[in-house]
Amino acid sequence: MIVGDKKPLAEIRDSLGSARRIIVVGCETCVAECAAGGRKEVALMASALRIAFEKAGEKAEIIESSLDRQCVYQFLPEVGEEVASADAVLSLACGAGVQAMARFYPESIILPGLNTQFIGTTVEAGIWVEDCSGCGDCKLAFFAAVCPITRCSKRLLNGPCGGSSQGKCEVSPDVDCAWQLIYDRLSTLNLLDRLKAFVPANNWSTSHSGRPRTIIREDRQV
Amino acid sequence: MKADSKLARTLAAGNFAVTAECGPPQGADPQPIKDKASLIKDTVDAVNVTDNQTAVVRLSSLASAVVLKRMGLEPVLQMVTRDRNRIALQSDLLGAAALGIENVLCLTGDHQSFGNQKNARGVFDLDSIQLVHTAKAMRDDGVLVDGTELESSPALFIGAAANPFADPLGFRVIRLAKKVSAGADFIQTQCIYHNARFEEWLTQAREEGLTEKVYILGGVTPFKSARMAKYMKENVAGMDVPDDLLDRIKGVPSKNQAAEGIKMAVETIQWLKSLKGVAGLHLMAIGWEEKVPEILEAAGLTPRPEV
Repeated sequence: MIVGDKKPLAEIRDSLGSARRIIVVGCETCVAECAAGGRKEVALMASALRIAFEKAGEKAEIIESSLDRQCVYQFLPEVGEEVASADAVLSLACGAGVQAMARFYPESIILPGLNTQFIGTTVEAGIWVEDCSGCGDCKLAFFAAVCPITRCSKRLLNGPCGGSSQGKCEVSPDVDCAWQLIYDRLSTLNLLDRLKAFVPANNWSTSHSGRPRTIIREDRQV
Repeated sequence: MKADSKLARTLAAGNFAVTAECGPPQGADPQPIKDKASLIKDTVDAVNVTDNQTAVVRLSSLASAVVLKRMGLEPVLQMVTRDRNRIALQSDLLGAAALGIENVLCLTGDHQSFGNQKNARGVFDLDSIQLVHTAKAMRDDGVLVDGTELESSPALFIGAAANPFADPLGFRVIRLAKKVSAGADFIQTQCIYHNARFEEWLTQAREEGLTEKVYILGGVTPFKSARMAKYMKENVAGMDVPDDLLDRIKGVPSKNQAAEGIKMAVETIQWLKSLKGVAGLHLMAIGWEEKVPEILEAAGLTPRPEV
């Protein structure tokens, strides 16, 4: 899923400027799963805003709403009337959802309520980790399903650097060394020989480093 | 063509080579590195010039290497992949060769979060092994990493680093082997404090035939004090300082700790000289360059042989 977390309220207040009729729109897919932008978080955000405006002695109207998916246009008309009547839309979707809303409602002010973080996994309740960088050329088959591009702090493709210590990355004891994980998994799978292969310079042109990417599939076009 | 550098000749002649390290200053005036260099000139075969070490912005390693070369020292140009992509790295390899820099040490580099530019974007377009491979392709095949032909090839003596003390231990010699087959001519190791583990690594390397294919220079950093030893143990990535070493330097009065640190370094060098498969010493006297001649003399490594 795409994992996000809530922006600080002060930053949101600041971005809202003079808007006093605000629609907070959640997204019931990834960001609901990671408890950052679903219906429940919309309610929490709306309350927080109401309290903040009230404390400041200002009148504001906060409308709560949520969509199944903000990144798919067909769901967006549902909130059309509310968007049209609001001074600003506070989207609790990921960056794609925010931009989809802005493309769909070009006349409206669309603001992000989350910091979109990464494509990740819920590893235990309340803990999400980054697993995929969307590099456009998946190498997980080779690396025993542990992504060195995402999970190694230096994106190393030929093994751990000198900073790998007791399974942890030199950057932080909170970060697992991806190469220790790769080593352990290949060892379990009896595939350690694979590590001897030289992995040549990566082709980053398939990643965002190349350009903003677009996929066009004629079989899906109408 | 492999560069006929003094370091290459020293090693080829079978002499126990000696390299040291000079960190460039955090400013535009090259005088500090000139001062360091003049302290060690004539006592070493070559001097490593670090490339924004620990991700702290410093006078560029290439510019500093040229400064040292003009003083008559032979530089080992360190290049990290953290800050430059393959376009810049290959360009700098050509530039280095054009300026007469012959030895390069290919590194990934400490992560940017350790330095003074914590918000920087880490590049890591290539890793250190890919940089070694690239340098070799440029030198031996006259091509860039993508196969584009060069108008002329850089003559280089290509180095890489090894950390026998990092994990997983089972991967350390595999990684060394990868560096050697990618094209490393010489290896400089992380500072050695845990001798037993170094020997274990070296034995594995010898068994794999790697010590026949690459010159290994063992890294030594003298402790200035017990405080430094403790700091290295606890705070420096990839460092393995056993407790008995820490206890030894802690056990002498503060005023004698520097002398004890030097004594310990000399003992390590003597031990390194006795090991089969070690071709030289890489002495990293961080911020303590004035002690390099004394340490080398005590270790019986001066004067340096003419090659």
